[in-house]
Amino acid sequence: MMILSGDRPRNAVLSVILAAILLALAFAPFLFPGSKPLNVAAKICIFALLVASYDLLLGYTGIVSFAHTMFFGIGAYGVALALFNYGPSWSMIALGIIVALPLAALLALAIGLFSLRVQAIFFSMVTLAVASAFAVLASQLSWLTGGEDGRSFQVPPVLRPGNRLFDGEIFGVAFNGRVVSYYLVFIACAALFLLLLRIVNSPFGRVLQAIRESPFRAEALGYRIVVHRTLANVTAALIAAAAGALNAIWLHYTGPETSLSFSIMLDILVMVVIGGMGTMYGAVIGATLYILAQNYLQALMGSASSMAASAGVPLEPGLFHPDRWLLWLGILFILSVRFFPTGIVGRLRQGATKA
Amino acid sequence: MTAIDAGAALPKQRADFIPALLPIALALAALPFIGSPSTWITLTVAGLSMGMMIFVMASGLTLVFGLMDVLNFGHGAFIAVGAYMAALVLAPLSGWTQADSLWSGLAALVPAVIVAMGVAAALSVAFERFLIRPVYGRHLQQILVTMGGLIVAEQLLYGLFGPQLIALPLPAALRGSIIFGNAAVEKYRLLAVVIGLIIFAKLIFILTRTKIGLLIRAGVENREMVEALGYRIKRLFIGVFMAGSALAGLGGVMWALYREQVHASVAQELTVLMFIVIIIGGLGSVTGCFIGALLVALVANYAGFLVPKLALVSDILLMVSVLLWRPRGLFPVTSR
Repeated sequence: MMILSGDRPRNAVLSVILAAILLALAFAPFLFPGSKPLNVAAKICIFALLVASYDLLLGYTGIVSFAHTMFFGIGAYGVALALFNYGPSWSMIALGIIVALPLAALLALAIGLFSLRVQAIFFSMVTLAVASAFAVLASQLSWLTGGEDGRSFQVPPVLRPGNRLFDGEIFGVAFNGRVVSYYLVFIACAALFLLLLRIVNSPFGRVLQAIRESPFRAEALGYRIVVHRTLANVTAALIAAAAGALNAIWLHYTGPETSLSFSIMLDILVMVVIGGMGTMYGAVIGATLYILAQNYLQALMGSASSMAASAGVPLEPGLFHPDRWLLWLGILFILSVRFFPTGIVGRLRQGATKA
Repeated sequence: MTAIDAGAALPKQRADFIPALLPIALALAALPFIGSPSTWITLTVAGLSMGMMIFVMASGLTLVFGLMDVLNFGHGAFIAVGAYMAALVLAPLSGWTQADSLWSGLAALVPAVIVAMGVAAALSVAFERFLIRPVYGRHLQQILVTMGGLIVAEQLLYGLFGPQLIALPLPAALRGSIIFGNAAVEKYRLLAVVIGLIIFAKLIFILTRTKIGLLIRAGVENREMVEALGYRIKRLFIGVFMAGSALAGLGGVMWALYREQVHASVAQELTVLMFIVIIIGGLGSVTGCFIGALLVALVANYAGFLVPKLALVSDILLMVSVLLWRPRGLFPVTSR
């Protein structure tokens, strides 16, 4: 299988799940008409890509970065500011990307060369510090970024909801600008995901895994650890910035809440751990499960909380309030790192080899 | 062959004074830019007090890392716990805190500090047992699990105390300023500087003059050797972890009184600041942590006065410039 770079799911159940996700996403506008399901589908595409790029760092290279949302945000703000300031056109989207991607790469290079020289734990601390400073900057420089409110902007006419590509309908769905946008996001995400799959299965990807398993031995074999880790960091940053740009195009809006907040970083961590670190396919499964849960379970939590309160169940109502979503997420995250470190993909593959 | 003279003293380590001079040099260098000496005194005292508070919080973090190679991303949780405990204890003591007498004001703080430190230390035992010990020696999982612990602790505090800010007024006797010439210095900041200096002196005394301290320093240098000599370094580690968390709780009380408000978001805010401080100081070094905290706080205060926009990133710039000079921080202790 050329397109998968020879890295197949290697498990029947896993293959079926992945195929189902792929088909559902590919025909999402027709299978699940309506604006909310389409939003969910687009978010799954973007986060699957974002989480896969994070997996390159966490799962394949074995370094923990807390700055991934920063690169996501750089991509999102790049496109947003170009479109906001210079008007909605394709060349402005291109301009945003041309500015944002090198900026993300440079920043990733600087952070990497700076903090990966000493030891991996330094890198985690430095990325946390830089990312939080960046988030503060983005919310403070309101003349540029719009501050906490962010920037809403127009997209090129083809992508607007009012635009109809042609009259008539396909399977009862009008082929409007929203659908075009969705397919732009879907195809770009799929292509970049395949590129990531290509990267991790290249000799470069093998070296990254060798470094993850034993930096000492990898170095003894003659591979420069700093160089490889930094390159992995730059690659992941570039793809995260691209995902951010797609996110901005899809939402017509960029603000700290949708692109830079620490809770997105936590979302990414949960998705990558639940799906399975170091598998790439885990990113797709993790993102799908998590975003479905976030969109449909979080509402359920709210009704459970109010139901418990009205039924007089002596629960601490504060703990089940929808605002405490992060609490249960954090607990789930700790438990899965502890007891389920290989994630869903790892479990499925393990079960297959045992049988 | 020359005979080895057993009685000869070990070659003395060369003392490294340059980092210690940095905060002084920084303060002096800032004087001409600020211009008015009275403003300079106010800013410097503000910076020193903030630095002392950060030092109190971060000292445990750096020691725990040095001793056991455990970087606790959840250390900030104990700060938040300390702050909430202060609010809980001080609320019913309003009779003492609102009295004008300095002594009753200070006396009200004593139970608050004791409860905050005690609760933080007790919780740290559970934190160590359930989150750190299971993933001991695995950096990647350690970072993830302790970060998860920080989030859970923060959310639990929101769940138990509500998401709103809780006001925590300073005891009346500690309000206001003392005037030196033209410079106004807030009383509470002086108190914070005094407490910070006492903690620093105490820590240095314990580390350099007691047997426990000797073992801790030996453990930081070479853990296996200390174990081979028959000491249970795990037990020592739990002790240090508890003490460090108790100090974080104390720091939380000080910080809450300084801001006069309590909110669980301080846990994340200060985690970043503490990391910058211990990176600058050199992971594992208490002295480095002290100097790093003073540098960060002084720079933040001067930059906030001179170029307010720069203050947003001044910590990062300071960290970058220190690491360009000494890539492992001011006082590299561990060989790791």
